[in-house]
Amino acid sequence: MDLLRFITAGSVDDGKSTLIGRLLYDSKNILVDQLEALERQSRNKEDGEIDLALLTDGLRAEREQGITIDVAYKYFSTPKRKFIIADAPGHIQYTRNMVTGASNANLIIILVDARQGVVEQTRRHSIIAGLLNIPHVIVAINKMDLVDYSQDVYNNIVIDYAEVARTLQLKDVVFLPISALKGDNIVSRSVAIPWYEGPALLELLEKVEVEKDVDLIRGRLPVQYVIRPQTEALHDYRGYAGKIASGTWRKGDIVTTLPAGLTSRITSIEAGGKEVAEAFAPQSVILQLEDDIDISRGDLLVNGERPPQVAQDLEALVCWMDSKPLQPGNKYLLQLGSRVVRSAVREIEYRLDVNTLEKQPAPAQAGLNDIVRIRLKTASPLPFDAYTDLPAGGGAILIDETSNVTVGACLLQ
Amino acid sequence: MSSQHTYQLNYLDQLESEAIHILREVAGQFERPALLFSGGKDSITLVHLALKAFRPGKFPFPLVHIDTGHNFPEALTFRDELAARIGERLIVREVQDTIRQRQLTEPGGKFASRNALQTYTLLDTIEEFGFDACIGGARRDEEKARAKERIFSVRDEFGGWDPKRQRPELWNTYNGRIHKGENVRVFPISNWTELDVWNYIRREKIDLPSIYFAHEREVLSYEGQWIAVSPFIRLDDGDRVERRQVRYRTVGDMTCTAAVESSASGIDDIILEITATRTSERGETRIDDKVSEAAMEDRKKNGYF
Repeated sequence: MDLLRFITAGSVDDGKSTLIGRLLYDSKNILVDQLEALERQSRNKEDGEIDLALLTDGLRAEREQGITIDVAYKYFSTPKRKFIIADAPGHIQYTRNMVTGASNANLIIILVDARQGVVEQTRRHSIIAGLLNIPHVIVAINKMDLVDYSQDVYNNIVIDYAEVARTLQLKDVVFLPISALKGDNIVSRSVAIPWYEGPALLELLEKVEVEKDVDLIRGRLPVQYVIRPQTEALHDYRGYAGKIASGTWRKGDIVTTLPAGLTSRITSIEAGGKEVAEAFAPQSVILQLEDDIDISRGDLLVNGERPPQVAQDLEALVCWMDSKPLQPGNKYLLQLGSRVVRSAVREIEYRLDVNTLEKQPAPAQAGLNDIVRIRLKTASPLPFDAYTDLPAGGGAILIDETSNVTVGACLLQ
Repeated sequence: MSSQHTYQLNYLDQLESEAIHILREVAGQFERPALLFSGGKDSITLVHLALKAFRPGKFPFPLVHIDTGHNFPEALTFRDELAARIGERLIVREVQDTIRQRQLTEPGGKFASRNALQTYTLLDTIEEFGFDACIGGARRDEEKARAKERIFSVRDEFGGWDPKRQRPELWNTYNGRIHKGENVRVFPISNWTELDVWNYIRREKIDLPSIYFAHEREVLSYEGQWIAVSPFIRLDDGDRVERRQVRYRTVGDMTCTAAVESSASGIDDIILEITATRTSERGETRIDDKVSEAAMEDRKKNGYF
């Protein structure tokens, strides 16, 4: 049994919450007392049906306003997989939340209202999925019950979306017709849609192969913490602890520390409290090395071919997440893995229209939810990979030094 | 690469790795962290994960227990034995002392719970030791408000959580920067469910206090729940005290934690029961969450874990 993280994206009325509720409900992951609470709340509604959307509307503030204001995480499992759902709201002002939810996702479910077809928000969600390199996309064409389960309607949307997917170079896109409200093609194949011959949504989620999404060739291990017991028995023990971002690491391998560029050989690997001969992403490990070289938190251990770049002049696509604008000349802390460096924004090169992917002339400043391409200069050398090439080595955050808030998601280029 | 084995971690290994990574981020980013230890299975699991994260070194934080004075004696004994066995520092602060010093008013009623009062002791303890990060065993599957809280959750000087002002949390990059006086609550097992914790306890053979397993106890039936008879609850005329075979799904105060009838004497039996059960952990065993739909949201805003 393994783990799949996915995000659901859709416009406000695409039935996203209903879909999640339906998945949990039909896979028997909702328990009696939760259901009772749901029924109590649904009683106020006119039609008397249980409102599955209420399952994901967490906070009272949200219920009162009938909106979702933040990313919520939901969990369910089948005998094949454990699933973590990031439920991100679809409103235009919440690009920031979707980027947040998407950053960890193996897969995205993009909901399209069968009556509306591919709309601006569909494009935006797809663009963000593409920018963040989510490896798998399921396009769920919802509310099929409201278009009489029409195959023509479905086919036209598939054709429209295929064009979007082609422009964005999305990999592995799968389509299916559903009705979250009626439960069609969610947990089991729908009899109402006989012309659809593929698997139901849950089966798709159970079968998508995520193993190959992890890069096992290029080794990246940000050092989080150095374990030094300094006891008599372990006087010289130095364990470099971190979570493997990518690659496969074996005892005897040569490793390089960056940015210093020193090399040594692995003498022992510990994972999950046990000594192992080999470890791979995303395991948390402790490495011991042959030589006593200077390594501390923030250093990057590297092995294998195609090492990262080390530079101070960086290019990045930034999703801006703060109400205070991003301006050329501003200074931020840049955190990549365990390394934090000071950085200054040199220039905004252009703004990306998240609805069309069009490059717009550089604005004087970037505002909340803008995606802009910038040039950055860091105070010290930063080892990194291009996000499009190796996401595990190229996704950083920007932090406002005065407010301490995370203000930007940075895709290094 | 050999063709015999796959490079795919099973879900418990992935959850374990994520939790260890979070614990080490706390060690790397904070000056004075603490691990809040309640004696319950989730915080016992945290200690087990910390052993994996930091051995052969010492923990970079003490274990801190906010003792309401209403705890199960079995849980307290277990706490002391565990701390002694692993040789780590344990700090205990008593809600009773806070009540006396600050002249707090204890709630009355049949099951007078100190649950709300422990927030005062927690905030005092954070101030006393200058803790900048407090690690806790809360899980997002427990409750709706928790489902929305970040893994690194920044709290203001009053310990308050503001759901609308949370920092975006991307990839596995955690921003623990804070102003003086603020602190961060860190939840390494956010993404675990109750069943994940039990399956992990079974796999790792983690010891638990005896009250998690079926035992005979004097209990009182109250609104469909079994409450242990203890000096901390009020018995009224007409209350029927019975001896039942029960176990606890969660371990909180004796006043606000209900038992479930069970004959499950080992982890395997417990996992079978939980798999078959149709009631959530907090719904079945926590009296304090039934008060209002938004009970947890309100408590978190006021500094509760």
